[in-house]
This record gives sequence, structure tokens and C-alpha cells, in this order.
Amino acid sequence: MDLFLNILVDGVAYGMILFMIAVGLSVTMGLMRVVNLAHGGFALIGGTLAHWAAQDLGLGYWAGLAVALAGTMAIALPLERVIYRRIYGFGELQQVLATIGLTFLMIATVNLWQGSALLTIGLPEGLNRVVDLGFRTLPAHRLAVIAAGALVALGLWALLDKTRFGIRLRAAVDNRDIASSLGIDTGLIYMATFALGAGLAALGGVLGAELLPIDAYYPLRYMVLFLIVVAVGGMGSIAGSFAAALGLGLLETAARYLAPDLATLTFLGLVTLLLVIRPNGLLGRV
Amino acid sequence: MRFLPLVFVALAAAAFFVFPYDLAFLTRILIMIVLVLSVDLILGYAGVPTLGQAAMYGAGAYAAGLFAIHVWADPVAGLIIGGLAGAALAFVSGLIVMRTHGLTAIMLTIAVAQICLEIANRARDITGGAEGLRGIRMEPVLGLFAFDFIGQTGYWYALIVVCVVFAALAVIGRAPFGMSLRGIHESRDRMLAIGAPVYWRLVLAYTLGGAVAGIGGALAAQITQLVSLETLSFTLSAEALIMLILGGTGRLYGAVIGTVLFMTVHHLAAANDPFNWLFVIGGMVLAMVFFLPSGLISLGHALKGGRK
Amino acid sequence: MTGLEVRGLSKRFGGLVVSENIDFDLKPGDRKALIGPNGAGKSTFANLVTGILAPSGGEIRLDGRDISRMGEAHRVKLGIAKTFQITTLFPRLTVRDNIRMPILEREGRGYRLLRRADGEAGIEAEVQSLIDQFELGDLADKPVRDLAYGQQRLVEMALTLALKPRILILDEPAAGVPSSETSLITRAIERLPQDLAVLIIEHDMDLVFRVARKIVVLVQGRILTEGTPSEIAANAQVRELYLGGGHD
Repeated sequence: MDLFLNILVDGVAYGMILFMIAVGLSVTMGLMRVVNLAHGGFALIGGTLAHWAAQDLGLGYWAGLAVALAGTMAIALPLERVIYRRIYGFGELQQVLATIGLTFLMIATVNLWQGSALLTIGLPEGLNRVVDLGFRTLPAHRLAVIAAGALVALGLWALLDKTRFGIRLRAAVDNRDIASSLGIDTGLIYMATFALGAGLAALGGVLGAELLPIDAYYPLRYMVLFLIVVAVGGMGSIAGSFAAALGLGLLETAARYLAPDLATLTFLGLVTLLLVIRPNGLLGRV
Repeated sequence: MRFLPLVFVALAAAAFFVFPYDLAFLTRILIMIVLVLSVDLILGYAGVPTLGQAAMYGAGAYAAGLFAIHVWADPVAGLIIGGLAGAALAFVSGLIVMRTHGLTAIMLTIAVAQICLEIANRARDITGGAEGLRGIRMEPVLGLFAFDFIGQTGYWYALIVVCVVFAALAVIGRAPFGMSLRGIHESRDRMLAIGAPVYWRLVLAYTLGGAVAGIGGALAAQITQLVSLETLSFTLSAEALIMLILGGTGRLYGAVIGTVLFMTVHHLAAANDPFNWLFVIGGMVLAMVFFLPSGLISLGHALKGGRK
Repeated sequence: MTGLEVRGLSKRFGGLVVSENIDFDLKPGDRKALIGPNGAGKSTFANLVTGILAPSGGEIRLDGRDISRMGEAHRVKLGIAKTFQITTLFPRLTVRDNIRMPILEREGRGYRLLRRADGEAGIEAEVQSLIDQFELGDLADKPVRDLAYGQQRLVEMALTLALKPRILILDEPAAGVPSSETSLITRAIERLPQDLAVLIIEHDMDLVFRVARKIVVLVQGRILTEGTPSEIAANAQVRELYLGGGHD
């Protein structure tokens, strides 16, 4: 029973991290049709900025998180303008190459600035303790991550369902030609969406640093993981990303608890099998 | 263009005498050319992007290394074993990868390499894990030419393998099978409409590409006498792809030019600092995508004002 | 019987019925045209016959044999071939390479690894005779993407004919071809082998009336009527359909 609860809490927390990082990737792939292998780089940038603000400047965790979010989005905006906007129309292969190149540049930049060692972000008191639920105790950090992930999911749902921006974004995802012929400024929507996705990746990167440790090679190490979430959830589907991230988080956590030696193999094997059966993902459109 | 291969061979022979102290590096270039040629068969001929060719290269390297240690240390037999291992892995994974398209296919190629890396890492008793597979001692090539520590035999041996692979791929490219791959690349719908079994052609192309990559891996294992986990890494797959794009796809000699150029820049710019090297390669790739989408071999045509 | 028999064929996409209860015959030597307003289901019908789409109901028989469940490649082997509405060729290959490709496939050479693709005299002679038949001699060694569109349509017909089909479906052979070049297409159709069964899907009525001996009119997925060109020209319903604004 304890084991089950551990798997559940750790798995859901892990899944929420995956969701926060991958949802931006899913939307940019669905909306801009761009294969963005550099997306994990935004989580790295966020984590690095948080490490710098929290440790080097001594501003603490929460200020570090704020710096990470603002800084990452500030970097993502011009990047979208200068680089990504040009590669939207390219073929898949060119996009893959361009974003690999970008990933390498991100890694090299972080290394030049902060070195190649682990970039820790010390948890504040509030997150570093355990919470007593009466029948058992749980680490506060995991609960905070779960709460943050749930808030992000709710927020995105509200944003997409209840606001003008959301309606336009969904119109642009469904058919960008029609959307632009209706006078929707798709360029602006792309940029805002891209920056939002990058910001969420930074949030996931910082909050998830306990589970997916930050160092310069982060974007390459976890690239497949994030892509898998998108592929399983179906490109452009936020609900799909959420379901896929939670499912995969639970699956990998369970595998790690139950068969530690075979965890990664089991995980990759099952995911490959799933993609063979459903190449467009769980909830993906055909 | 017909004499270009001969020019390559002449240059490679000349390099042996001009750079006698860099034979190890020159041999690494030759080995890498084999891997990049295998990517050209899959991407250049058949038009299927792959970011997991290191899986087949690594499989060939481990198979040849283990074969040499436990069974028979004959180099040519080892190449065959490496090629078979690469082909077998490519066939099995190709059955899956070729059922999908686009991003899913690219991702599956990455995933296959990840799975192999994970297996090699876990099966420490067999592969040596992160320590690498050590203790490979090869017998003389054909029983005549022993491997020397300066790497002279290794260099000629690798050069001959490169020539054989190059010639084989050139022949395949002009044969009906190679034409059908170009047909699939140009228009999959049209190939289906003329009744071609597109899926099986692609699986076979992937398998042949796997065999070539496996031979490359075997060559690396025999000459460096070591197989490390890096032979299966994503970075290797990505670099092989970048080298091919740099030189230009679908013409084989593009693979040669791209590899030589990339490896030389690597050697000069970054041998002792892998991270600053990433600046160079990242900038290079972006510049290539934006300014030279058809690779270096299109540069001459572009300058002459012709079409690619 | 020999030839193509379609009985009660229907196709639905979700709730949308695009082909309903179609009966249709095509015998060796036939020159039939399928006409109808946009969205009548003409291309869907062609795709059902060639196997690109699977029918929701009904039967397609070739020489009495049910082929409704067979895949595209299998039907090509049995002798059903189709040109595409939008030219679908191998743009960077030469005219000669384009025409050779289906012959290599037809002859089962596709898995050969060692012999040169252009090394068999018999196949080269066949390629040359198709090039001559379609008067493409001057262009034979140019990449097809450098050809005018009308010429590309000819290459596509030559390529399809190279499969030696018994049933040939031409899906809007004149679509997108400038009117100055349509005579090329008409002449090429007139010169097709006499015993070939040909179905032409076309909007260009001049072309249809010149080459078709029977015309089938399709409206909203159903066959409205079938008759000789003069019968169709005199048919009040058809006239209304085309003069009433349905023609595009």
C-alpha cells in the first residue's frame, strides 16, 4: 500500500513536470508545424537562470523562479522572431537540423557561463519539509509540483476556452489559412504561444530540477522523453499532452520502483509499441 | 564527375605520406565516411530522415568486438559479423519505423538508438558497460598484414573498406532498386500507383543502410580495439546526419566531402574543448540550413549559376 | 465476362455519402467518360476502383473476380492503372527514367541491386517506343520538372501506359493544361491501344465529346444517366445541370 502510494505521488509529480515542459512543445508542433528539438533548451535556460539568481546572487528560490520565467520568455521572444519564424516553412529535415544546431548553441552558452557541473537550485524551507496528511507523510515538494501542474493545466484550459486569445489560437491550430483570412494576426499568436510554451518549460525545468537534474547537457539527455510525451499525446493536443505526461510519468515511476534495472527499457519498449499501434498518439488527430 | 572517386583515392593515398603522424585521425575520418555513406543510402537515396544510425553502427561495433574476443579475431570475418548485426537490427527496427512518417519516424529512430544504448549500458558483464568493451586483439588482415601501433595497416584497411562500400552503393544507386528508392523519394504516391511495394523497399533500404553502418562500427572496433557507449549516442547520429547534409545528399561523394570537412574542422577547432566545439557545430548547422540548404556540393553549381 | 464490373458500389465518409449504389461496366475497347459537377464523387469513384479507397459497400469485379478488398499494388498487377488529377511524376528524374520506372516494377526488377537499371535492351526498346508514341523524343533526357505542364501530362500517360494496363483511368487529363496544349492530350488519347478499356474523368466538354463513345453522368454520388454523346447532349436533365450553373 505504501509502495502504491509512493508510485502514485512520485509518478503524478513526475508527470506534471513532463506536462509543463512538453505542453509548449506540443502546441508549437501542432500550431507552427515545427519540429523543435531545442524545446528542452528552454527548461535548461530556466534552470540555469534560477540557479544563478538563487545561488549566485543569493535571491532565494522564489525570486530565482521568477527570474527564470521572465528571463526565458525574454529570450524566447526574439528567438522566435529571428530563427523560428524562418524555419516554419522548411521541410522536416531542415527543421530538425536547425533546432539541433540551436540546441548545441544553448548547451555551449550555458557551459561557457556556468560550466558543465550540476546546476542545483536549493529548495526553500517550505518545500523541503514533509507534510503530515494524518495517515501518512509526503514530501512538500512533490505536492507543490502536483499543485503547480494542476494549476497550469487549469489555467491553460481557461485560457483556451474562455478568452479571445484562446479562441484565436484554436482557430489557428485547426486551420491557419482560414484563421489569417479571418483577420487573426497569426504571427502575433505564434510569438505569444511560443513564449508561453518556453515559459512553461522553464517553470517545469525549475520545479522539476529534483527529478530531472539540470546541467548543460539537459536538452539532449531528455529530448527523447519530451518528444515521446508529444508523440503519445498527439501533436497540438493539450489534453493529450496532459494524459500522456501523467500516464508516462506513472509508467516510468512504477517501472523504476518495481524493476529498477529494466525501467528505461520497459518504458521505451512500451512507448515504441504504443506508437506502432497508434502512430498519431493517444488522442492525436489522424 | 566520373573521375571524382579516383581523385578521392589518390588524395587519400597522398594523405598517408603527407600526414604520417596523423594516421589515427585520418583513419577515424575513413571510418566515419562509412557511417555517413550509410545515412546517404537512407536519406539521400530513399528520402527517409534518420537520427538513429548510431544504433546500427554501435551494434556492428559490439558484435565485431565480441566476435573477435570470443570466437575468431579475423578482421574480414569481423566485418561480416558487424554488417550482419547492423542489418539485423535495422531490419527489425525498420519494420516498425517504416510504418510511420515524419516526426514519429524520426523519433522512433532516436528511440531505437536509446534502447540499444540502455541495453549496452545495463549488460555490463557482456559489453563492459560505461567502461567500454576492451581486449580486442585482431589477427593480421587476410593473415598477411598485422595491425601496427602507428596505424599504417589500419589506414589502408579502412581505405579499402571505404572504397568497397562506396562502389557498392554507387552500383546499387544505378540499379533498379536504387532507382526505385529515388522514385519513392521523389513521389511515394506515384510509386504506389505503379504497384511498387514501397514499405518493403524502404525496409530493405534501411536494412542495407544498417549493414553498411554495422561494417563501419566493426571497422572502428577492430582498429581502435575498443567499443564505448558513445558508439550508440545521439550525438554520433546527429553528427553523421550533419556531415551528410553539409556535403550534400544523394550523391555519395557529398558524404565524403562533408565528413572530411566536418572532421577536420572538429580536429582543428575543438579537439580539447568539446563544449566550445558545440558553438562551432551549432553555428555551422544553422548557417548551412539558412544559406546552403543543398549542401556544399551545390555551392559549385550555385556559383556557376546552374541549378542544383 | 471480361472487363470491369461495378455493382452497388457505395462509399461513406462518416455520415457523408459520396458514392451511392453505383453500377458501372467497362469492357475492352470502351471509351467512356465520367462527367458531373464538382463534388459529384468522380474522383472518389476512381479511387475506389484503383484501391486507394476501400468501399463501404458493393462489389468491384475484374474479369469476374472480386477485387473490392485488394490493395492498390495488387490491382495494378492485375491491370488497373490511373493517372492523377494533379500531375504526379518523379520531378527530378528524366522523362526516360520516369517511363522506365513502371516497366521495371511491372517486370519485377525492383529488388535488383547490381545490374544497371538502364542495362536491359528489351526494356530500353519499350521505353523508346513509348517516348515515340507520345512524341517526347526531344525531351527524353530532360528532368520532367523542366517540361511544360501539357507535356508532363503526356509523360504521365506514357508512364501509366507502361504498366500495360487493361483498364486505364484518366483522371482529368486536361486539368491545368493551357488550352493551346489540350490538342496534345486529345491526340494522345485517340492513339491509345484499341483494345484498352479507357475511362476518362474530365471537365473539358470539348475533349469529352471528341474522344468518348459513351458518357456517364454522376450527380451527388449517383449515376444520373448514361448514353452516347448525342443522347447526353440532348438530355434535358443534363443540360439543366450544366447550363443551370453546376458547371465550373
